[in-house]
Amino acid sequence: MTTVNPNLPSKTNRLGLPMTEYKGLDSTLCAGCGHDGITSQIVKAFYEYGVEPHRVAKFSGIGCSSKTPAYFIGNSHGFNAVHGRMPAVATGAMLANRTLVGVGVSGDGDTASIGIGQFIHLLRRNIPLIYIIENNGVYGLTKGQFSATADVGSKLKNGIVNELPPIDCCVLAIELGCSYVARSFAGDPKQLVPLIKGAIAHKGTALLDVISPCVTFNNHEGSTKSFKYAKEHEEMLHEIGFVPYFEQIQADYPEGAVKEVELHDGSHIRLRKLDRDYDPSSKPQALQLIRKANELGELITGLLFYDREKKDFIDDLNMMDEPLATLPTSQVRPSREALAEINKEFS
Amino acid sequence: MSNGTQTALAGVTQEQGVPEEIVNDFSIQVATVNGSGSQSANSVLMRSIFLMGVPVSGKNIFPSNIAGLPTWYTIRANQHGYVARRREVDLCIAMNPETARDDVRNVRPGGVAIYEEALNLGTLREDITLYPVPFAKLATQSSPEPKLRKLLANMIYVGVVAELLGIGRDEVVAAIKTQFKSKAKAVELNVMAVDLGIDYVRARLMKRDPFRVVRMGLTAGKIIIDGNSAAALGAMFAGCTVVTWYPITPSSSLCETMIEYFSRYRIDPETGKATFAIVQAEDELAALGMVIGAGWAGARAMTATSGPGISLMGEFAGLAYFTEIPAVVWDIERIGPSTGLPTRTSQGDVLSAFYLSHGDTKHIVLFPSSVEECFEFAGTAFDLAERFQTIVFVLSDLDLGMNNWMAHPFQYPNKPLDRGKVLTRDDLERLGQFERYRDVDGDGIPYRTLPGTQHPLAAYFTRGSGHNEKAGYSERPEDYKNLMDRLLRKMDTARSYVPQPIVDINPNAKIGLIAFGTTDWAVVETRDQLKEEGIESSYLRIRALPFTPGLLEFVERHDRVYVIEQNRDGQMGDLIKLKVGRQCDRIQKVLHYTGHPIDARTITEAVTTAEDQMKEGK
Repeated sequence: MTTVNPNLPSKTNRLGLPMTEYKGLDSTLCAGCGHDGITSQIVKAFYEYGVEPHRVAKFSGIGCSSKTPAYFIGNSHGFNAVHGRMPAVATGAMLANRTLVGVGVSGDGDTASIGIGQFIHLLRRNIPLIYIIENNGVYGLTKGQFSATADVGSKLKNGIVNELPPIDCCVLAIELGCSYVARSFAGDPKQLVPLIKGAIAHKGTALLDVISPCVTFNNHEGSTKSFKYAKEHEEMLHEIGFVPYFEQIQADYPEGAVKEVELHDGSHIRLRKLDRDYDPSSKPQALQLIRKANELGELITGLLFYDREKKDFIDDLNMMDEPLATLPTSQVRPSREALAEINKEFS
Repeated sequence: MSNGTQTALAGVTQEQGVPEEIVNDFSIQVATVNGSGSQSANSVLMRSIFLMGVPVSGKNIFPSNIAGLPTWYTIRANQHGYVARRREVDLCIAMNPETARDDVRNVRPGGVAIYEEALNLGTLREDITLYPVPFAKLATQSSPEPKLRKLLANMIYVGVVAELLGIGRDEVVAAIKTQFKSKAKAVELNVMAVDLGIDYVRARLMKRDPFRVVRMGLTAGKIIIDGNSAAALGAMFAGCTVVTWYPITPSSSLCETMIEYFSRYRIDPETGKATFAIVQAEDELAALGMVIGAGWAGARAMTATSGPGISLMGEFAGLAYFTEIPAVVWDIERIGPSTGLPTRTSQGDVLSAFYLSHGDTKHIVLFPSSVEECFEFAGTAFDLAERFQTIVFVLSDLDLGMNNWMAHPFQYPNKPLDRGKVLTRDDLERLGQFERYRDVDGDGIPYRTLPGTQHPLAAYFTRGSGHNEKAGYSERPEDYKNLMDRLLRKMDTARSYVPQPIVDINPNAKIGLIAFGTTDWAVVETRDQLKEEGIESSYLRIRALPFTPGLLEFVERHDRVYVIEQNRDGQMGDLIKLKVGRQCDRIQKVLHYTGHPIDARTITEAVTTAEDQMKEGK
């Protein structure tokens, strides 16, 4: 007679871990929130890629989006910082321990309003960090005020219309030298999961601007960040697949139909051509594409820009391979002779 | 040399004669225009006196400007070792035409003014010795290049002063060699300029003033260094690995010195890679945010700033306090905000640093008074930050940070680094449990784990004030109160760990003096001045907040306690009053807030006046 243990996971990843190991606490966000969709895709991507949970460090600022790091990869350290200041905290942590896989989750208010300064400088430095903006155009936690990514003409529930031009975080990122820039939609898991996996494989800042509708405060008629609006206006650049470095690439597609993008760890992103030829390595082309889409009111999604050559900040600083945080005293305290030499200099 | 000058000289000598010698006890004020390269000349002059074995200090009173505004450098030489600023100017070197008349008027009667002959100041004062020197003309002999001439004119006054005071040429040459390191050409040019000054004095001036430097042996084995460099070196030897900063006077040189020395001494010889990360942040908010992120991940991280930066760091300081993350912030105090006197010294950030942030916060604050303590406290601050898992402020000031001070050579730190209560994978395995915010040992200090620790118990989620002992999100009243009470307990534990005050009890003293930081140097001198006037005093120098146990006892021991500080409101005095409760009537404040470092005479006058009034009142 055979007994079946009902608790034994039927499926595990290459580390032997079940998907539940990549989950966190239950979400306390509104039912149907776009952010919960993104959380699920983060769980799926990290599980499928097989990242060791203890190597992950999660960061966020303040807002609904910034609550979500508690909802994924419970067995990793997380840090809910102050409003708009996640980039600095993440930067410090990544400097202290370069072996961590950093994931930052922020919102559009947290990133583009109060946090725009830190966001910009994080991009300039090319800090190794996956930076996900859960972009819904409003402040949810303070009940529905506009953020700086709200489109001109977008209407709040109370009828107030936004007159100010939106900040496009992807345009900013590309201009400022971010080396991995993508835009996606919370309602499109098929696209989001390979983009997150690509971000894990990338060395440098990977920015994912994900339209993530707020079902309570910005999902009505007149909003340009609602599920309905996003679905109606989404224009996919390409169909995205991800081949991790530990799996073999299979060439099962007709020539010219697919673009292979090689990532730092040897993984590949596969861009299957849809309506247009698009090369994500061209900065001007990327910027032109986004600007045109914005003019037309289209939500263009996909891998917008990728630069494999750009050095990240850790390399710029020529840092040790080991985490600075735990270097032994012998490596961080110069010798007696060194102090004698210095004292002599000042005598 | 013009006839006018000779007449002026003759006039002064005949009327005054040569008074009694004043040996190794004087102050020099050099008045120049900033950006004229006078800094090197001033340093050489100071170091020459130091090499003569005479205790000396140098203070730069400079504008917030790059070139063209008046700047002053004061040198104090004193055989008793007093190195605080002296209010009176004994010798003035007036090189700035704009301020020359005021500079010469400012010399105390019986003093000396050395000035550019062309300024025609010969009739300005009859009660001081005037030495006109044709600096501009002499400079034309020094170099064919106009640019160099300007720089060398400064070195000419070094020669003039050296010869007049009797500072040896060998000492001046040695000081020049130190100043210009191994640049042979620069050394040669500057020595030539000094000789022009010496030769001019020998040929043309007759010594008619009382001031002289005579060799002593009081500086042998000592070093000269500024507080910011001392702090930078202290941090380097304390195993600091992450430094973030945003440029702000007077703290910038601290981090710039770190860049210089870390690049020399903290590159791993095997790999050629850095054992540190130094980042110029986009602002002070980001600087502290990075320190907190790095501290959370286990690095010894610090930043340096001044008052305006402290204000900007407010929110993050509270986050570090409530999340219990080690962080070190050096505040090189200055006057603030905005434009005005950002290059002048102050002790005005005591309260803002101690209570920085919102929602019930207070912090450990250290007060170094010397360059030796800057070096030492750089390490102490990290030990305390990691031991207590909190933000630690070190309050230096512009006077200590940017001016040159004599000091004993730095002692190699013998103590191992105190990395605090960090649980490793093995610890977790052994213990079988971990709660991030639980007071296991009863000292208020919980245990922490670092991100990257490979153990199923290691992970926790860090968030502001709303957490329970397991680091879970909580808004329960009892969880919050429990946290607040434990943080208070932690602060109480810290009282016996922070640097204890330096106390000198005089059993005959009716009065006590309390000071902290750079005020110490003037207080030491004040006590001797008071003694001469028949007033005995005890002295307690505070070196840290929170207050340590002996404070109340010191106050109770004395009829009156003068708290001396360099701010308008007596911020430390207020904290002491709160602390000593019913004894607060004994506390009197002596306050100095001009932007210039405090001097002994000012304190002595304030104390004697108060004591006299007290007697009259009785």
